[in-house]
Amino acid sequence: MRIPVSWLVEHIGFDEVPTPDELAEAFTRIGIEVEEVSPLGPVTGPIVAGRVVEIEELTEFKKPIRYCRVEVGPEQVNNIICGATNFVEGDSVVVALPGAVLPGDFTIAERKTYGRVSQGMICAADELGIGDDHSGILVLPTGTAQPGDDALELLGLGDTVIEVAPTPDRGYAFSVRGLAREIACALDVPFGDPGVVEIPEAEGEVWPVHIEDRTGCSRFVARRVTGVDPTAPTPWWMRRRLMLAGMRSISLPVDVTNYVMLELGQPLHAFDAAALSGALTVRRAAAGEKLTTLDDAVRALDPDDIVIADDSGVISLAGVMGGASTEVRDNSSDILLEAANWDPASIARTVRRHKLPSEAAKRFERTVDPALAPVALERAAKLLNHYAEGQIKPGRTDVGVPALPEPVSMPIDLPDRVAGVRYARGVTARRLGQIGCQVAVTTSDDGQTIVTAVPPTWRADLVQPADLVEEVLRLEGYDTIPSTLPPAPAGRGLTEQQRRRRTVWRTLAEDGFVEVKPFPFIDPSVFDAFGLSSDDVRRNTVGVLNPLEADKNVLATTLLPGLLETLQRNLARGARDVALYNIAQVTLPRAQQVPVPALGVDRRPTEAEVASMLAALPQQPLHVAGVLTGHRELAGWWGKGRMAEWSDAVEAARRVGQAYGVTLRVVASDLLPWHPGRCAELRVGDWPVGHAGELHPKVVEALGLPKRTVAFELDLDALPLDDHRPAPTVSPYPPVLLDVALVVDASVPVQSVSEVLGASAGDLLEDIRLFDVYTGEQVGEGKKSLAYSLRFRAPDRTLTVEEATSARDAAVAAAGERLGAALRA
Amino acid sequence: MSGANDPYDPKEVAALSAENLDAAVQKAREAFAGAADLEALAAVKPGHLGDRSPVLLARREIGALPPKAKAEAGKRVNEAQSAIRTAFDERHAVLQVERDERVLREESVDVTLPWDRFPRGARHPITTLAERIGDVFVAMGYEIAEGPELETEWFNFDALNFGKDHPARSMQDTFYIAPNDSSLVLRTHTSPVQARTLLDRELPVYVVCPGRTFRTDELDATHTPVFHQVEGLAVDKGLTMGHLKGTLDAFARAMFGEDSKTRLRPSFFPFTEPSAEVDVWFPEKKGGAGWVEWGGCGMVNPNVLRATGVDPDVYSGFAFGMGLERTLQFRNGLPDMRDMVEGDVRFTQPFGTEA
Repeated sequence: MRIPVSWLVEHIGFDEVPTPDELAEAFTRIGIEVEEVSPLGPVTGPIVAGRVVEIEELTEFKKPIRYCRVEVGPEQVNNIICGATNFVEGDSVVVALPGAVLPGDFTIAERKTYGRVSQGMICAADELGIGDDHSGILVLPTGTAQPGDDALELLGLGDTVIEVAPTPDRGYAFSVRGLAREIACALDVPFGDPGVVEIPEAEGEVWPVHIEDRTGCSRFVARRVTGVDPTAPTPWWMRRRLMLAGMRSISLPVDVTNYVMLELGQPLHAFDAAALSGALTVRRAAAGEKLTTLDDAVRALDPDDIVIADDSGVISLAGVMGGASTEVRDNSSDILLEAANWDPASIARTVRRHKLPSEAAKRFERTVDPALAPVALERAAKLLNHYAEGQIKPGRTDVGVPALPEPVSMPIDLPDRVAGVRYARGVTARRLGQIGCQVAVTTSDDGQTIVTAVPPTWRADLVQPADLVEEVLRLEGYDTIPSTLPPAPAGRGLTEQQRRRRTVWRTLAEDGFVEVKPFPFIDPSVFDAFGLSSDDVRRNTVGVLNPLEADKNVLATTLLPGLLETLQRNLARGARDVALYNIAQVTLPRAQQVPVPALGVDRRPTEAEVASMLAALPQQPLHVAGVLTGHRELAGWWGKGRMAEWSDAVEAARRVGQAYGVTLRVVASDLLPWHPGRCAELRVGDWPVGHAGELHPKVVEALGLPKRTVAFELDLDALPLDDHRPAPTVSPYPPVLLDVALVVDASVPVQSVSEVLGASAGDLLEDIRLFDVYTGEQVGEGKKSLAYSLRFRAPDRTLTVEEATSARDAAVAAAGERLGAALRA
Repeated sequence: MSGANDPYDPKEVAALSAENLDAAVQKAREAFAGAADLEALAAVKPGHLGDRSPVLLARREIGALPPKAKAEAGKRVNEAQSAIRTAFDERHAVLQVERDERVLREESVDVTLPWDRFPRGARHPITTLAERIGDVFVAMGYEIAEGPELETEWFNFDALNFGKDHPARSMQDTFYIAPNDSSLVLRTHTSPVQARTLLDRELPVYVVCPGRTFRTDELDATHTPVFHQVEGLAVDKGLTMGHLKGTLDAFARAMFGEDSKTRLRPSFFPFTEPSAEVDVWFPEKKGGAGWVEWGGCGMVNPNVLRATGVDPDVYSGFAFGMGLERTLQFRNGLPDMRDMVEGDVRFTQPFGTEA
C-alpha cells in the first residue's frame, strides 16, 4: 500500500512531524515492512497552473499533435506543443515553463518541435513525479487554480510516498487509519481515530436487503444519496491522494468509495440505484449463473461464490468486483452505497477461482473491521453531499450481526516469560490498551495476576495469548530482547545413515565427479528416448498440476534424465571430458494410491491417522547417479589418456557401495537405457539396488550425446546399514605368491571364477587378484584365459610352498569341476 | 723384494725403507686424487692396495728380517698401508657424494609440469553449506531431521496453522500434485519437518533440517523454483525469544565470523507467534559491512504444538528458517542464482570438496 506522508500524519498528534525516513524506520521496527520511501519530484523552476485557451490540431504527423495556446499568467499566453488529447479548451492544466527541471533531470526549454516553437510543456502526472499515470496530461478540476498560480504548492511536491507491505494477519494496516495508529503506537504519540465517530440515528431502512447466507456475509449496511450532480468533479486534494496511492480517478462517486477505503480500510461499493430492481439478496451463486463484471468480462459463477442479487439476477460478485449492469455511470445521480463484511475465506476462494485480485478483496481476505461499515458509509455520503450536492436519505439499512473479537486472558507476565525480558511494571497493560484493547487486570484464585484484553473490532487476529504477547514484544522492540544460548542438550550427532551419505557425497567428488542439482521436473517423453517399454515402471510418474514448463510436468523416477540434460548443457558450452553426479530424492507412486485422510489440527493425530497419511505419500527414496563422457584420465606430457568406459561407471557404483559400507555384487544385466551387453546390475546379496554401464547407442544418438557415454544409478536407501565393524588380524609371516592361468568358456563371468577360486582356496588364501584376461588363438575360439595372482599366508608360521600349492590346486580343481576351467597349458 | 743380485743385508732392504714407503704412500695419494670418478678410482686401486702394490710387496720382505728389525719394519708398513687405505676411503667418499649428486641432478625434472591427469571433482556448494550448517548445530547439541519433498498439505500447511483459505497459503506459490484433489504438494518450505519432528520424537527436541523446497517462482538472478532451506526447531521447557536470538547469533558467528550478529524485525508467519524476520550483520558485505535479510523465525505458535500433541502450557519453542541459495549468494558474492542450478561444471569445480 502506498501512502503519502501528509495523509498518514493527519490523525497523529505530533509535536514535530518526523522525517519520512524516521517514519519508515518506525514502521520497520514494529513489523510493517517498508518497500520504498519515494520523495516526490524533484521539481524546480517555474511550474504554474495554466488554462488552455485554444487548441490547434496538427494533422500532418503520424500521431495526433496539438498546438495549444495556454494562458500561464496574467496577460501571458504561451504556445505549447502537446501529444495528449484528453483535454479541451478551457481546461486547467499544469505547465512546466522553460527553465523548469522535472524528475529525471529533465530540463524544459523553449524549443522547436513538430515545426512549431513550443514554450514549455503541459505535464502528465507521472512527468511531475506524482504517481505513475501517463494516460494523458493532468487536468485540474475547474476552480482549483488560476493561470499563473505556483503549481509546486498546489501539487504538494514536497510530500513523500511510503510504500508498505503489511503482513497478511494485519488487515487493519491496509488503511491510513491502521497505519497511522501503528505509527502512533510506535512513537508513543496521540492518535485520533477517524474510524470511531458518532453515527447519526437513521430513520428506517433505506433499501430492502436480505442476507440468506450469514456465513458469507456477517453484516450488510447501505446508505442512499440522491440528486448527486453527475458532472461534479473530484476535488483536487482527493484526486492527488488517490493518484499518490496508485489509483486512477474515475468519477466522483467511485473516487469517494476508493478514498474512504484507503482512509478507513472499509471497501465500499456504489450502485446506480436507478438500475436496481427490487430488494437485494446476499446468497451463494446458483450453478450456471453468470455475471458481467465491471471489467466487462462475463464470468461463470461457482456455487461457492457469494453474490448480491436483485430481481434481475446477480448484480455483484460480492466483495470482489461489482457488476456492469448496476455500476455508477456518468449520468447516475441516485446512488446506493454498500459496505459489508464478507467471509475472508470465501473471498479468497473467489479471487483465486476467477483470478480477480482487487483492492477490495485484498482487504476482505484479511478481515475488515466489522464496526466500520456505517462509519465508512457516513463518510462517503458526506463527501458526496459536500462535493456533488447529493441528498443523504435519512434511512439506513443495517442487517446482520458481525462477530466481535472475544476477550483473551493471560498471566500478565507471559510476555516477559516468552521474551526472556523483565518488562517494566504496567507495560503489558499499557501496550494492549494502546492498540485499542479494553484491558482488565485481575487476580486469579491461585494468586496469579491475569490480564484480560478485549481486542478492538479491527483486530480479529488477536485470538490467543501468543497474539497479545507479540503485540507487547514488538511495540517494546525486539531489540530489547537479550541474546542467550539455551542450555545445550546432549545430542547424539549424525545418524549412521547421515554419516554414510556424507561419505558417499565426498567419495564421488574425490573420485572426479562434479555434483549437480538438476530440478526434479522431467518431460515424460525422455522415456521414449530411453526406449523404455510402455509398461516400464519408470514411466509410472507423479504429475505436477501447475508446472513452470508445460512439458516438464512429472516428477523424476530416475535421476538420469536430469543428469543427462545437464551433461548436454555442459557439452553445448564446450566441455568435453565431463563426470557428473547427483544425489536426490526420486518420486515413485505407490502401487495402490490411497487418498490423504482429512485431519484436523485441534489435537494430535492418532498413530493410525499418521500412518494413513504417510501411506498416501509416494515413496521418495534417495538415489545417487552419475554420468561420464570423454576422458576419465586426460592425455598429457605423461602419455596417453584413457576414455571413460562402462567399467568406470561400474567402479563408481561399487565405490559408492564401499563408502556406504556395503560390497556390491555385479551381475550382467540388460536394462534400458543401458547397452544390452554392457549393463551391470548391482546387488546387495541377491537384492538389486541399481545399474551401471554404457548407455545404449540408440539412446546416446537420440539424446545427442557423445558415443560411449556411461552412467550409473543406485537407490541409496536400498543399501543396508550393515554393522560395519571389521576386526582384521595381520599375520607377520611371509607370504607365498602363486600365479595361475585358467581357461574357461568366454561366456563364464569372471566374477564366478573369482568367487569359486576365492571360496575354494581355503583359509590360507589372503588375496586374489585377476591381472590379465586373454582371448585369441592360443586358447582357442570361444574361450578366454584368466590370469590370477594368489597370495597365501599363514597366521601363525611361515607357510611352505607345498602347502600353498596344494591350496591353489584345490581351488583350480573346484573351478574345473564347477565352471569347466582348465589350467592354461 | 730385494733384487736377486743384491747383497743380502737385512738392514738395507730397500722396499722397507722409510723413504720408499713414504714414496709409495705419496704415489697412492696422487693416484687417488687424480681419479676423476669412482670408476677411475677403482681402476687405480689395485696398483696401491692390491696384492702386488709396493706396500704389500714390501710386507713380504719382513719375514726375512732379523727378529729385532721385524717389529720396526712391520710398524712402518702398517702405517703406510693404513695411510693409503685412508687416502682411498676419503677419495672414495668424496667421489661417491659427487656421483650421487650428479645422478640426482641428472634425474631432476620440471616439477612445474601440469598435473591434471585426473579431472577434479567437486561437491555442489549448497551441499557443503548444508553440511556445514548441520555441523554448527550438531556441535550445539542439535540433531539433523529429514522429511520428504512431496508432502501432504496437512504437514506443509494445516499443522503449521495455515488456515485453509488464509492469504498466507496462497502467498507460498505452491506446486500442486495431480490429481486435483490429491491434498499433496511439493513442500514450500522445510517447516513441515517441524510437525514431523514433534510427532516423531521425544521432547525436548532440538533439530535442524536442511532440505530442498519448491515454489512456483520463475528462475532469475535471485529466484529459483527449486531451492534449499535450513529449518531449525527447538521445543523445550522455558525456551524464550532470547534463546532464539542467542541461537541465531551463535549461528551467525559460526557462518560469518566473530563480528557477526543478528537483528530481529517483527513479521508474520502462521506457524510462529511472535514472528520475526532475521537480518544478519555481514562484515564482508559488498560495499561495506551491513545488514542482510537472512530468513524468518519466531516462537512456535501454540496451535502448531496443539496439532502435534504438545502441551503449550508446559512447553515452548522457537523455529527459524533460512534460504541456502540466498545465504551462499551473499556470502560468496555470487551475482546470479541461475549458476547454482544449471550445473555448469565451471561453476561448481572451484568449490572442490570443501568450500
